[in-house]
Amino acid sequence: MLAFTLRRAVQAIGVMFAVGIIAFSMFRFAGDPVNQIVSIDTSAAEREAVRKSLGLDDPVPVQFVRYFADAAQFKFGVSYQFRQPVSALLSERMPATLELAICATVFAMVFGILMGVYSALKRDTALAKLFQAVSLIGISLPTFLIGILLIYLFAVTLGWLPSFGRGEVVKLGWWTTGLLTLSGLKALIMPSITLGLFQMTLIMRLVRAEMLEVLRTDYIRFARARGLTTRAIHFGHALKNTLIPVITVAGLQFGSVIAFSIITETVFQWPGMGLLFVQAVQNVDIPIMAAYLLMVSLIFVTINLVVDILYTVVDPRLRATVGRAA
Amino acid sequence: MSDAVVSNSNGQSTQPAHARGWLSRALDSDVFYSFRRSKLTMVAATITVLFFLLAIFASVLAVQNPFDPAQLQLMNSRISPLWTADGQSPFLLGTDEQGRDVFSAILYGMRISLAVGVAGVIFAGALGIALGLIAGYFGGAVDGVIMRIADVQLTFPAILIALLVNGIAKSILGNRLDATSMLFVLVISIGLSFWVGYARTVRGSVMVEKNKDYVAAAQLIGLPAPKIMLRHVLPNTMGPILVIATINLALAIITEATLSFLGVGLPDTMPSLGTLIRIGNNYLFAGEWWIVAFPGLALAALILSINLLGDWLRDALNPKLR
Repeated sequence: MLAFTLRRAVQAIGVMFAVGIIAFSMFRFAGDPVNQIVSIDTSAAEREAVRKSLGLDDPVPVQFVRYFADAAQFKFGVSYQFRQPVSALLSERMPATLELAICATVFAMVFGILMGVYSALKRDTALAKLFQAVSLIGISLPTFLIGILLIYLFAVTLGWLPSFGRGEVVKLGWWTTGLLTLSGLKALIMPSITLGLFQMTLIMRLVRAEMLEVLRTDYIRFARARGLTTRAIHFGHALKNTLIPVITVAGLQFGSVIAFSIITETVFQWPGMGLLFVQAVQNVDIPIMAAYLLMVSLIFVTINLVVDILYTVVDPRLRATVGRAA
Repeated sequence: MSDAVVSNSNGQSTQPAHARGWLSRALDSDVFYSFRRSKLTMVAATITVLFFLLAIFASVLAVQNPFDPAQLQLMNSRISPLWTADGQSPFLLGTDEQGRDVFSAILYGMRISLAVGVAGVIFAGALGIALGLIAGYFGGAVDGVIMRIADVQLTFPAILIALLVNGIAKSILGNRLDATSMLFVLVISIGLSFWVGYARTVRGSVMVEKNKDYVAAAQLIGLPAPKIMLRHVLPNTMGPILVIATINLALAIITEATLSFLGVGLPDTMPSLGTLIRIGNNYLFAGEWWIVAFPGLALAALILSINLLGDWLRDALNPKLR
């Protein structure tokens, strides 16, 4: 168990190291950092001075270690376009992205599980078929089209919901939240649906498949024989057993939700990290791109590691096979 | 996508004289039988083929060339579709801010979306197949390195990788790229985001195939490794590759459209469907819904049809489900 955890942790550190090399190479070699800072008519001597002050004349390994040490303290350099420290920009925008991602995940879990259970229990009803059709569309339609469709329906035509921004936000220390004001909550609805729709269809299909499989098992038949109510069988016994894979998938997908929020944030002009990243790609603002890559990788690797370890805690069979494979 | 199946298998038959016999065999096959049995698949195939034809013959079918500023007249700007009260012939689906016919723009946009999608799939396929063959055939450390990279990349969503590759390419080549070099940047971004699926599948099949007698025989008569891999092992792994390629075509088109929508893909001077949607999105609040609605509808229909074809192909080529 300990050996497995350690091996996974070493792997995770290896991945972060590789991502760090990519981020550093972007930072150092893709475009000359000096050119981005000085103006066109700066003399060669002054350029050299800037180069020296940034430490760009040191050997590359030294620079790499320095970049890593800085990154570990969340110092990612200065943004070319905003002339502000990247870490300040990121931490200012992180609450918006995390709030959106959490709301989208909650939306996806609640509706995905409800629809999945319904379409497993009442397989041949019209509503269940409608859910299947919706899930096919949810997987096929690009995120930004869904966002535009929602904006046209609820903002342009009906005028019920705001089409962009976060609404009013409340400051709680360094964290800003839109959950405490009416306009903030209204602004969250459409972006959360847009972002969560793909995860919702994924969870719905998973719950449906798992439910159908569990309902065929012997212990469900035995529960029926014991004369338990249908309700108790379906929700007390069957649903409970489908939830482990659902929670795993939802957890693993959380990283993707944060990455996909890039698109949703652009559609709704949501002031989060994703929008910052897209603007950075548009303007070739390498420090922001490198920092975003590192941050998102850290989130991904951490989630994967935690899920892997939790899996072995929850499921002893897995521990045995992993031990044997090693 | 059905014609891709045809042309692909056709390429494998060595002599043109056999083509006719091959065709009647194809019409007689299980795959074609399951194709005729599924109405939804036939509709999807029809729509896909129709879209490909529309894209190929865009310059014949369009009422104007939307790339040519000389053919655009501001007088014709913001006309609503033909069937509405303010509609004007010949602008079937209306015009945009610059007097560009939406229908023509969709045809040309579709051509670019499909071209980038197909090129991206080919690039990703070539890269993935090559790396998968090498990893599976040689095994050992080479295999370890390639598959480790694949594992790491698989944990990140393709769109993130495409965005990063795009940003890096732009910073190396300079931010002001012309539209044609942007096409190449997009194809490379898409290719580098989607090679993993091919590599894993090919590696898996190769590891099964390479222990069979025919590979041992080929090695025994002294054929070089690249020849064994390409001529003998690869053809036996084509089925799953075809399925991945079809599903990836939809994903590649979505990725290109998303990048263009985000403003890091094709510029306004060479619009793909994604660019058209980004432009049209700006006029949504002014009530000019047709500028964004029809490109969006075209994109959705295209992706849905290709996905349905991919689903069918996966089931049809899977002997376990037959």
